[in-house]
Amino acid sequence: MQRFTYTQARSAEAVPGTGARIIAGGTTLYDLMKLDIETPAALLDVTTIPGLDGIAFAGDELVFGALARMSDAAEHPEVLRRCPLLTESLAKAASQQLRNMATLGGNLLQRTRCPYFRNGAHYPCNKRAPGSGCAAREGLDRGHALLGGSEACIAVYPGDWAVALVAMDATLDLLGPRGARSLKVAALHRLPGDAPQQETVLEPGEMILRIRVPIGPIGRASTYHKIRDRESYAFALVSAAVALDMEQGVVREARIALGGVATRPWRVPEAEAVLAGRRLDRALALEAGRAAFAAARPGRHNGFKVMLGTEAVADAVMIAAERSQRP
Amino acid sequence: MDDDPAGVPPAISPCLTRREAGLGAALVAGLAPAAAQAAQAAQATPGATLRLVLRVNGKAVDTMVDPRTSLLDLLREQLHLTGAKKGCDHGQCGACTVHLDGRRVASCLTLAAKAQDRRVLTIEGLAPPGGALHPMQQAFIDHDALQCGYCTPGQVMAAVSCVREGHTTDAAQIREYMSGNICRCGAYTGIVAAIQDAATRMREG
Repeated sequence: MQRFTYTQARSAEAVPGTGARIIAGGTTLYDLMKLDIETPAALLDVTTIPGLDGIAFAGDELVFGALARMSDAAEHPEVLRRCPLLTESLAKAASQQLRNMATLGGNLLQRTRCPYFRNGAHYPCNKRAPGSGCAAREGLDRGHALLGGSEACIAVYPGDWAVALVAMDATLDLLGPRGARSLKVAALHRLPGDAPQQETVLEPGEMILRIRVPIGPIGRASTYHKIRDRESYAFALVSAAVALDMEQGVVREARIALGGVATRPWRVPEAEAVLAGRRLDRALALEAGRAAFAAARPGRHNGFKVMLGTEAVADAVMIAAERSQRP
Repeated sequence: MDDDPAGVPPAISPCLTRREAGLGAALVAGLAPAAAQAAQAAQATPGATLRLVLRVNGKAVDTMVDPRTSLLDLLREQLHLTGAKKGCDHGQCGACTVHLDGRRVASCLTLAAKAQDRRVLTIEGLAPPGGALHPMQQAFIDHDALQCGYCTPGQVMAAVSCVREGHTTDAAQIREYMSGNICRCGAYTGIVAAIQDAATRMREG
């Protein structure tokens, strides 16, 4: 591991000017530093900044401090009641040890699990070494993207929380070298295009301060449905974040986003449009699932995810609908 | 949280490995106050530029570390607390589980620097010295919840948290909240039984 200096931040205002790489829980960054994939010369630990770890309802918004731990949000009773999609996306991610370490802001910035990215220099990888090529294109692509890939990169965005937030139209409050700004979570991650090493639109030194989630008629009738190789502590083969606004069996509005199959959190308005204004049954839910994967471009070993994902979306829609009937 | 067990000496200094002792011939453990000793150790250990003050199993620790050091390596290599094990060193196996300010964490993915001014509890500090085992340790023995034992310290520390968090409603919930601890010997049946048993004993205790 390359040498680095380590400093603890005392206030958010002090972060942007330092030029240091921000570290929060460290479950991605320190991991990748051990693999010599990340090589920062200076680390600034932001978890020592007070006042950014709260979880609170403010009017119609649910506000998460970026430094709240995944485990705190995953079991927050009021969040669970108002928007189970959010708590489920966290509870079904990682292990309790990692959820105690990882922050809600840092979680959004976790990097791909593509083995060609993680496992070293003898594999070409445009994300790790721009211009070197993509080993996954000709390699084992069971875990790679069916949506949003490019010639340069088909690495999957591995997170769950961001997928749930995209479905909920969440917004980030940021503080960077050029001041404060807000950004939709849906606009945070870039498509790989020909520069897969640039994963987000954040500027160097820019920090996520808060995550704001609007909770209106959409929220309670929601679920994060995650399909894995094993039942717990695994990344998604495919996941579906679904939130519905329903009245007497008819869908007023639907939100659907996919995880585990795309290069970034993947909202599917085509699938949402299938449901809007129509009386819901399993057949319609399956139609939405098919619409969600209509644009999928499978590789050699991940074609099964089209059917798996279609069914996962349909199941998630039915689970969310059932929750709309709760008192 | 009982991270500070009763009846332990107020302060310890980090032990020296043979390697460190060889590098710092002038360093005489036990003669200098902890801070001065730590400063000398910094000269003896190249790259140990960061002063770290924390409590480990109720004892004050004042030492110098290389910023790259993981909490696991600090515990094992500098403090010679070898109960927490290095399995994968990437947060995937759970063998390194310790409690940091009362919460279970993967010490291999925790920068030692992050333990500044915080409390660490390892398997060595779980039961008071000279007394009975912690109910979880005893339950692991009673239920044959191990074979080779390599994962056991991490399993026990995770299991104690699992009970304290209230995640032992039934066997399925225990399996879910213990999924971060891998046992290559496959002693899972015994582990779940031990946790169910210890959960009862811990509530009564």
